[in-house]
Amino acid sequence: MTRKPSSTSIGRRALLKGTAATAGLAIGSGAVTGFPTIWAQNIKDVTLRQFGTGVSNLNEVAEKVKEDLGFTLEMTALDSDSVTQRAATQPKSFDIADIEYWICKKVWPTGNLQAMDTSKIKNYDKIVGIFRTGKLNPGSVIAQGTAPHTVGFVEGPGSTKFADNESGWMTLIPTIYNADTLGIRPDLIGRPIETWAELLNPEFKGKASILDISSIGIMDMAMVCEAMGEITYGDKGNMTKEEIDKTIGIFTEAKNNGQFRAFWKSFDESVNLMASGEVVIQSMWSPAITAVRSKGIPCVYQPLKEGYRSWGGGIGLSSNLSGIELDAAYEYINWYLDGWVGGFLMRQGYYSAVPETSKNYMSEDEWGYWFEGKEAKGDITSPQGQVIEKAGAVRDGGSFEERMGRVACWNAVMDENQYMVGKWNEFIAA
Amino acid sequence: MAAKQTISTTLSGWLLAAPLSAVLVLFLVLPIAMIVVVSFWGATEFSIFPAFRMDNYEFLFRSSVTYSVFLKTFMFTIVSWAFCLVIGFTVAYFLAFHVRTLTWQIALFLLCTIPFWTSNVIRMISWVPFLGRNGIANQSLISMGLIDQPLEWLLFSDFAVVLAFVHLYTLFMVVPIFNTMMRIDKSLLEAARDAGASGFQILTNVIIPLAKPGIMIGSIFVVTLVMGDFITVRFMSGSQSANVGRLIANDVALLRYPSAAATSVVLLITVLITIGIMLRFVNIRKEL
Repeated sequence: MTRKPSSTSIGRRALLKGTAATAGLAIGSGAVTGFPTIWAQNIKDVTLRQFGTGVSNLNEVAEKVKEDLGFTLEMTALDSDSVTQRAATQPKSFDIADIEYWICKKVWPTGNLQAMDTSKIKNYDKIVGIFRTGKLNPGSVIAQGTAPHTVGFVEGPGSTKFADNESGWMTLIPTIYNADTLGIRPDLIGRPIETWAELLNPEFKGKASILDISSIGIMDMAMVCEAMGEITYGDKGNMTKEEIDKTIGIFTEAKNNGQFRAFWKSFDESVNLMASGEVVIQSMWSPAITAVRSKGIPCVYQPLKEGYRSWGGGIGLSSNLSGIELDAAYEYINWYLDGWVGGFLMRQGYYSAVPETSKNYMSEDEWGYWFEGKEAKGDITSPQGQVIEKAGAVRDGGSFEERMGRVACWNAVMDENQYMVGKWNEFIAA
Repeated sequence: MAAKQTISTTLSGWLLAAPLSAVLVLFLVLPIAMIVVVSFWGATEFSIFPAFRMDNYEFLFRSSVTYSVFLKTFMFTIVSWAFCLVIGFTVAYFLAFHVRTLTWQIALFLLCTIPFWTSNVIRMISWVPFLGRNGIANQSLISMGLIDQPLEWLLFSDFAVVLAFVHLYTLFMVVPIFNTMMRIDKSLLEAARDAGASGFQILTNVIIPLAKPGIMIGSIFVVTLVMGDFITVRFMSGSQSANVGRLIANDVALLRYPSAAATSVVLLITVLITIGIMLRFVNIRKEL
């Protein structure tokens, strides 16, 4: 409702200033780093409200948007559960939703988000294959779970049905993704760790942890149960009731035997558990490993032979967006894929949807270390300037191809989700 | 004339009560009514819809988890309450009867409230580095030669949960008990002493009966706080234990509002029954 006046005001300004202003804009737009399609004057008044998980809701991004594009981006960081809740129940509270693909599967049917026209996305063709065809290379096997390309397209504007091809209407523009595995404390374990099954190894009794976010935790559990040879899943991302029962059963037994020190729900908790030595092996996220290491504590993001559990996020547009705000949102998306953000995120250990543009914003050494899996030639610093790795270090798991090429399953939401959640509650209460 | 006056006094009585009633209706009765209504609704993955179905309650009463979680909640409540009572009563007794001057009584009482200057959650979390495997407690015990291996049960255990509860809520016991003790006429104690009562007899026959309302008020505080808690149990047990509050919090996080509402209603009824039973022992209104 409140959006109306600003879109009509374009009309008014356009009439008042006429073609002369258009010429002026073309010159002025040079300063706006090459995104000249909207009125520089009006766009300053635009405020886009974005919310999402902490990983990509960074103040640095909002500051840079103001600098490069001129409009204001308000960021709200929430945990995955609250993100889902907000996207599903409070459509008026946001303009841009920064959500994960499995959340998209859950939320898209509410109609709170609108599909994006890929012809307006400048770098669409450069987006990594995972998000378009599902394949990193033409020869790759598509992993189990909610693979991003399966919920990445809809049949057309307004459609709530996911398309199985590159239909030209995208649900989320991929922004950030990674391959997750177990984090370990090599100094306290003192031997090589090669399989997910080690999480339930009695050797680590009272020193293991798993995350208490049901939709992700169940996948880590599945990776472990499959590695132990206890269960063979049809699809880890879409389990049957029996598979859920059996998986939770194995973990409940381990819990009752005192295998776990604690469960964690937030990023900081996982860092503290690991840094304090309460836990030596646990599900973990990449930047948490970096956080532990930057305290001078050895911590490895251990590549495992069964492969990675991967996740991906993207930004979706609220269906309430229209007029100049919608245009601004497209500007934002194009800017997002232009490389600055990608470089910023890749220096934190994530991957960008369009790696080749990110390269322009990274030093050769940084690109070599983070993306190509090469040995660092000098100190590797975080985007905030903290030294994370010294010269000679190699990224855990190696290059982009090696890591993203070995994804065993994607974070998912199952058909039996309600049942699984109930079972998860039982596991926590057991 | 007389009739008119009665009408105006009744009217002014109603009017005087109206603001508070309005506040209570708006902010207490209506939300609770809403929770009760929603507890009969249905839910999908991402939305809730009005309905009248017993599913939520059926699921709740069918699940064995519900019973074990309620049992655990009662366990936490009873144990925490017992410790809070013993410690709270002792502190209040010391303040009221052993400290002689009013200045010192007030000074020491304020000392008790210092921890309340910072947030509940921070006071709770500060136990984590203290009790951890490589925490101060374990390190001191090891260096004193009392143990060789760090004690694992200090943190992320039921012990840690109860410890945090007692730490957080003892003051709620101290304040009302201290308050009633201060009102006990000192001449009663002297009379008891003159009549030949021992210190212990004075305690059991004079002080405890007279301090009952304070004990009961403190108990109600502690019981309701512990039964409604979810964050302390989550942090101190490392998410490994569950009480009813956590069950509700999990449901809310997963968008299962009707189920959360049903659990809340059952919890509310349970707490009300518990307090009802407690009030049978002491008539607070009469004693105040």
